[in-house]
Amino acid sequence: MLAETTSFTLAGISASPVRVEVDIHRGLPSFQIVGLPDTAVREARERVRAALVNTGFEFPMRRITANLAPADLRKVGPGLDLALATGLLAAGAEIPGEKLSGWALAGELALDGSVRPVRGALAMAEAARKCGCRGIILPEANGPEAALAPGVEVRTIATIAELRGLESGRIPGRRAVPADLVESSGLSDLRDLRGQPNLRRAIEVAAAGGHALLMIGPPGSGKSLAARRFPSVLPPLCSEEILEVARIAGVCGSGPVTAERPFRAPHHTVSAAGLVGGGSPPRPGEITLSHRGVLFLDELCEFSRPALEALREPLESGEVTISRAKGRSTLPAAFTLVAAANPCPCGRGEEDPGCVCPPVSTARYRATLSGALADRIDMIVAVSQPGPEAMAGEEGEASESVRERVVQARNLMAERLGPGRVNAVADRAEIARFEIETDARKLLVQAGRSQQLSGRSHDRVLRLARTVADLDESPVVLEQHLAGALQLRRRNGT
Amino acid sequence: MSMVATGAEGACAECLRRSWLISRLGPFIQVACDDRAGRRTPELLRLEDHELVSAVAPRKVDALLSENSALDEGQLRQTLEQAGCWALCRHDDGFPEGLDDGADAPVCIIGCGDGFHLEQVTMGGSVTVVGARRATGYGLEVARMLGAELAGAGLTVISGLALGIDGAVHRGAVERGRTVAVLAGGPDRPYPATHARLYRRVRESGLVISELPPGTRPWRWGFPARNRIMAALSRMTVVVEAARRSGSLITAEMAADAGREVGAVPGPVTAGPSAGTNELIAGGAALVRDGADVFDRLAGVGFSFPQKLFGPEICDSDIPVLEAVEGGLSLIDSISPAAGRSLAETAASLARLEIAGYVTCSMTGEYGRTGLASAATYDPPGD
Repeated sequence: MLAETTSFTLAGISASPVRVEVDIHRGLPSFQIVGLPDTAVREARERVRAALVNTGFEFPMRRITANLAPADLRKVGPGLDLALATGLLAAGAEIPGEKLSGWALAGELALDGSVRPVRGALAMAEAARKCGCRGIILPEANGPEAALAPGVEVRTIATIAELRGLESGRIPGRRAVPADLVESSGLSDLRDLRGQPNLRRAIEVAAAGGHALLMIGPPGSGKSLAARRFPSVLPPLCSEEILEVARIAGVCGSGPVTAERPFRAPHHTVSAAGLVGGGSPPRPGEITLSHRGVLFLDELCEFSRPALEALREPLESGEVTISRAKGRSTLPAAFTLVAAANPCPCGRGEEDPGCVCPPVSTARYRATLSGALADRIDMIVAVSQPGPEAMAGEEGEASESVRERVVQARNLMAERLGPGRVNAVADRAEIARFEIETDARKLLVQAGRSQQLSGRSHDRVLRLARTVADLDESPVVLEQHLAGALQLRRRNGT
Repeated sequence: MSMVATGAEGACAECLRRSWLISRLGPFIQVACDDRAGRRTPELLRLEDHELVSAVAPRKVDALLSENSALDEGQLRQTLEQAGCWALCRHDDGFPEGLDDGADAPVCIIGCGDGFHLEQVTMGGSVTVVGARRATGYGLEVARMLGAELAGAGLTVISGLALGIDGAVHRGAVERGRTVAVLAGGPDRPYPATHARLYRRVRESGLVISELPPGTRPWRWGFPARNRIMAALSRMTVVVEAARRSGSLITAEMAADAGREVGAVPGPVTAGPSAGTNELIAGGAALVRDGADVFDRLAGVGFSFPQKLFGPEICDSDIPVLEAVEGGLSLIDSISPAAGRSLAETAASLARLEIAGYVTCSMTGEYGRTGLASAATYDPPGD
C-alpha cells in the first residue's frame, strides 16, 4: 500500500517542501530510503523502527520503500523522522492517513516514540503556508517559535502515540501559542559607561546611521563594555524584522525567540566560512546570525585576512551570496559592525612609557589594521582609560534617552530613503540628493585638498555628515555637521 | 644646478680599493667589534690598510691584501656605473670639507641620487638632524617640522633614513629642499626595507651616500661608522628625541668630538624618550625649538631666518580649541571642557584645524600641534 506525507528540509535559512512517499510491498523484510538522503536521514530507519515498536504500533515485516521527492534535492537532518513514521503507519493502514491530507509534519523521533525539537520551525511553518498546507504538526518545544508564522495553523505533539487520535477523526496535538515577544529589560544599559563623552557620541552616531565603528584603545578602557551595550540604543525591531531574526535563529538553533536585536561576538580565530557562511550545502555564518543586530569583532587585527576580506560585500549590500559547486544561496546580512583593536601589539599604545613594542612590529600592526579597515569602516574613535574622577562620578546617560534620539534620527532617514533604510546604505544617487550647505561643500573640498580625504571616502563622509545632521534634526547638512563627521571618520593611512 | 651625477672619475683607484677592502672585511669587523654599541668601529676604520687587516683578520692578512690590490680599477668603476653610483675621494677638490679634517674620516664616499652634487654640500650650509627609531608622536612631528623648515630655508638636511625620527626628518625635508641620507650599507641598498619608498624619493630629489661600495649589506658596526660621517659632514648636529642610551647620542658625541655644534630638542623632564636630549641640553647643547634656533647657532643670533610659516585664518570659535591643544591636551574628552565648548563643537573645530594643518591626529585619537604657526595664537619672541 502507498501513503504520502509532506515535510521540509532546510537549505540556507529557508525550508523546502519534501514529499515523503512510503510503499509497503510483499517481499523480504527491508526498509530503504531513496531520494538523496544524508546520513542523518538514512539513520531515520532505526529511529522510526524503534519508536513505532516502543509506542505499541506494529512495524510491518515486509519490503518498505520510502522515497523523498524532489529526488534531486539533498535532504538533511533528522526533521523528516516524523513524516517517515506517519507515512509508514498510514501505508500499513494503522492510522487513517487520508485525514492528514493538507497537513505537513516535522520532528525528530526518540527511540521511545517521543518527538524532539527540530531546527528551523518558523521557516517550515512559513513554507507550509506558501505551499498551500492547512497547517503543520511540530514537536512541542518548537510551538512558540513556529506559531509566529501568520496564516498557518501550528499544532504540537509530544509523542507519536498521539497519532492514534486520528482514528476518532481529530487532528492530533494542541494548537501552539506564539512566543511572548516583549523586549526584556535585562539588556545591559549604556549608563554603565562612565565618562567617555567622545565614545558615547560615536556610539550614538553609529547606532543612528548604521555606520561601522572601530574603537581603538588600550585593554580595560571600556571597548567591550561599550560594544555590548550598543544594541540597547538601537531602535526596537518591527514585527517583520522580528520574524526575520527569529527565522534565522531558529534555523541555526542559536537560541530562543526574542524581540531583541542579536549581538554576536565571534572569537578572532573564526574562519571566513564561519564568519560569512559556507559549506555545502551553504550554512549561515556569524554575519547572518547578526542580521538586524550587531556584529562585534574584538581584536580586529587578529582576525584572518580572508575572513575580513569576506566582510566587504555583505557590508555594502546587506546580504551575502555563497556560491558552491552544488548551488548558490543568498542569505540576509544587514548588521552593524562594531570592532575594537589595541593601539599596538602590546596594547598600551606607543605614547605610553610602558609600551615595549619594537617600532617595526608596531608598523606592521598598523599596516594590518589599515588593511583591515580599508573600505569597511566609516568611523574610528579613540578610547582611553577613563580618569578616576569619571569612574567615581555619576552614571552616564541611560540607553533609553539615547535611543529616543536614535529613533528620531532614523525616522528622518526613513522619510528620505524609505522605510527601514539608514544613511550607511544610501547609494550614490541618494547621496547626490542630500541637501548640503555651501560652506560645508567648501570644507569638504579643503579636506580633499589637504589630502585628508581620498575620493573614495568622499561618499562615506557625506553619509556620516547626514547622520550627524539627522541627530541634530537639521534638514540641511551644515558646515558644523560636516566638520563633526570629518572628525569621526577614519583617516587615510590609518 | 646640473642634474648629471658625477661618475666614478671623482675617486682614485687606491681610495676605491680601500672602500672595497672595508666591504670585504665586513664579517671580520663584525667579529672584532662585537660590543653592542660598536663604538670601536670608527677607531678601527682610522687604521691604514695593513694595520686594519692585521687587527681584524690577523691570519689572513696576506691573502686579503693581495686579493684587494689585485682588484681591477676598470672593473670597480664598471660596478659603480652599473649600480648607478658615483664615487668621490679625498684627493678630489670637491670632497666635502667636513670629511677632510677628521683623522677617522672616510677616504672615499660612494653615492647615488639625482638631486644635486656632493660638492654642493658645504659644512656651513648643512645640518644633521637625527633621533631615535622609537619615537613618540611629538618627536616625529618636531622632526618633520625641522626637516621642512631647514630644507625650506636652503640648508642641506642630513640624516640616516632610519625608522622613527630620521625618516620623519627626510619626509619633511625632501619636498621643501635638499636632503642627504647617509646609509650604513651600500648606497644602492634601501635600508630599512620599510623605508624603500622614502629611499626612492630621497634618491630622486636628494642624495644617498655611504663609504661602502654598492651591494654591501649593512653590518651592525656600520651604524656607528655611518654616524661619524653624518656628524662630520655638517657644522651642527641636532638630536630630536633620544632615550638615555640611544645611538643618536653617540652621533652627538662624535659631532662634539669633531668640534661641531650640538643641539637638542627638549622634551618633558618626565619623558623617557626625551631623557637623552634633555641631558644633552643640561650638558651645554643648544636648545632647539624650531628652525630659527638652528639658524641662530649657525649664523649668529639675529640672522634673518626666513619668516615663520603661517597657516590660513581660522574662525574665532576654533581659537579656544587650538589653545587647548597648544596647552598640551591631546584627547577630545579633555579638550572640550578646557575650551569651554560642547563636544560636537569641539569635534567640528578639531576637524577644521586638522584640515588647515594646525593639528594632527594620531591613529589612537591623540591630537597634537603641528609646527604651522597661527596668527591667532602666535606669540612673537619678545625683544
